[in-house]
Amino acid sequence: MKSSMTGPLPMDDDIIIIEHLYKGFGKVEALVDVSLRVKRGEVCFIFGPSGGGKSTLLRCINHLETADSGRIIVDGIPVTHAKTNIDLVRAEVGMVFQLFNLFPHLTVLGNVTLAQEKVRKRQKEEAERVAMELLERVGIPEKADAYPAQLSGGQKQRVAIARALAMNPKIMLFDEPTSALDAEMIKEVLDVMLDLAKEGMTMVVVSHEMGFAKAAADRMIFLDAGRIMEEATPGELFKNPKEERTKQFLSQILY
Amino acid sequence: MAIPREIERPQPKLVPWTRKLEDVPWWGLIILLAFLFIIYLIYTSATYQDAFLFLVVGVKLTILVTLISFTISLILGLIAGLGRVSKNIIFYTGASVYVEVVRGIPLLVELIYFAYVVTPLCVQLMNSLGAFMLQNTAIQPLMGLAHTFTNLHIQDVDVTVRAIAGLAFGYGAYEAEVFRAGIQSIERGQMEAARSLGMSYFQAMRYIILPQAIRRVLPPLGNDFIAMLKDSSLISVLAVRELTHLGKLNRARTFRTFETWNTVTFLYLIMTLSLSLLVKFMERRMAFEE
Repeated sequence: MKSSMTGPLPMDDDIIIIEHLYKGFGKVEALVDVSLRVKRGEVCFIFGPSGGGKSTLLRCINHLETADSGRIIVDGIPVTHAKTNIDLVRAEVGMVFQLFNLFPHLTVLGNVTLAQEKVRKRQKEEAERVAMELLERVGIPEKADAYPAQLSGGQKQRVAIARALAMNPKIMLFDEPTSALDAEMIKEVLDVMLDLAKEGMTMVVVSHEMGFAKAAADRMIFLDAGRIMEEATPGELFKNPKEERTKQFLSQILY
Repeated sequence: MAIPREIERPQPKLVPWTRKLEDVPWWGLIILLAFLFIIYLIYTSATYQDAFLFLVVGVKLTILVTLISFTISLILGLIAGLGRVSKNIIFYTGASVYVEVVRGIPLLVELIYFAYVVTPLCVQLMNSLGAFMLQNTAIQPLMGLAHTFTNLHIQDVDVTVRAIAGLAFGYGAYEAEVFRAGIQSIERGQMEAARSLGMSYFQAMRYIILPQAIRRVLPPLGNDFIAMLKDSSLISVLAVRELTHLGKLNRARTFRTFETWNTVTFLYLIMTLSLSLLVKFMERRMAFEE
């Protein structure tokens, strides 16, 4: 452990603080000296070429990946500190995965209630009430008794969002939530995310959906080769990107 | 493990019984004919009947020993299997040593070792423990226990108990690998999703990984149950009065080699073949549900 991990915790409005984060897989450098601060209620949109470290950065925030060095503080709790009970942090940080990762042996309702009961220690009735409210909100209350295998991709992802929201998280992380979806299902998921952004949820979104970025993001971050290349509001970034690499990337993905 | 309720199931088509007969494999018919022949012999021949009545008693013990040993081996296997996927270095190393050592010993040797080395060692240990307690305790109920410990003799431990312990310990290592494979076959995303919701490793295992893994390993576990039923014949060397041992006794008693071993083989086949039919049926049902 480096000494920087045990220093005093900065207390301010930033709910996520990442300082000098390094992470490598073998000889590959996934993240190189990444520093980032996310304010409460901010929607932070991360994009960039594949292999650029986007997912790794996101997964470091709730410690699904362990950083090699650097410091991450989530809502005042140092995630990178060895003595932190990571389960407490994770309960406050919802995560939505590219491949949904619903629990196939549980019904939709079971998926949304399990962690409420086991982690938040809610009574069954309360957990089910919360679950039904959330399923209502993502638009599929009628699927409560269905199993994940019986849902379409878009429905699965909406259940996954409801499952994460059921824990009343302070932050939501989205790891390419629409990349595995058929074209006609992308909108139903983005709509749910957009509503969430409007309600003031702090969100870190890794995605290629530039439309969503324009509509909802407060800040866009271009990550390439493990480094933050550029950081700007969507307005600035789309109109005149400063870095040559950003221009090049945008020209490749935008028609 | 709930069965999905709303999955559309193809309705079973009505097939005339002549068509169903076509599904019966030829080898099945040959075995059936052989069975009928042996049953006929048991009914008509006095020597076969005598052998059958003597041997069928052993079937009960064979089944009993297998059931108890298999249940214990499942518990051992689950614990050791969890150890094999654990990041805790002590748990992992302990489980690995157990699995690798036991799998490297012939089951017959392992059984003999358990009966004649491990059991006496345990008895000696308990004798010393009893002696130690007698010297160091004044509490009445503990004194009673201490006396029981000191007076324990190796002969007090029934060979059947030793055989069950040996079989369970040996098969636990195989089941451990089955459970390990089952756990590792569950996509990594399941554990990540569970952990990202704030569940502990133990909770994620208990509520997410194991329910799915156990479902997947039911067929191999069924096969191992059949294998253990057959391997339980090995405990005849410990003079446990199960089917094979009774076979040896019957041969010595009557000098009827053919009748004895034909009947023993017949009885084992009845048990194993009907069990393997059951496993096949189970596999087909589960493939349907997935």
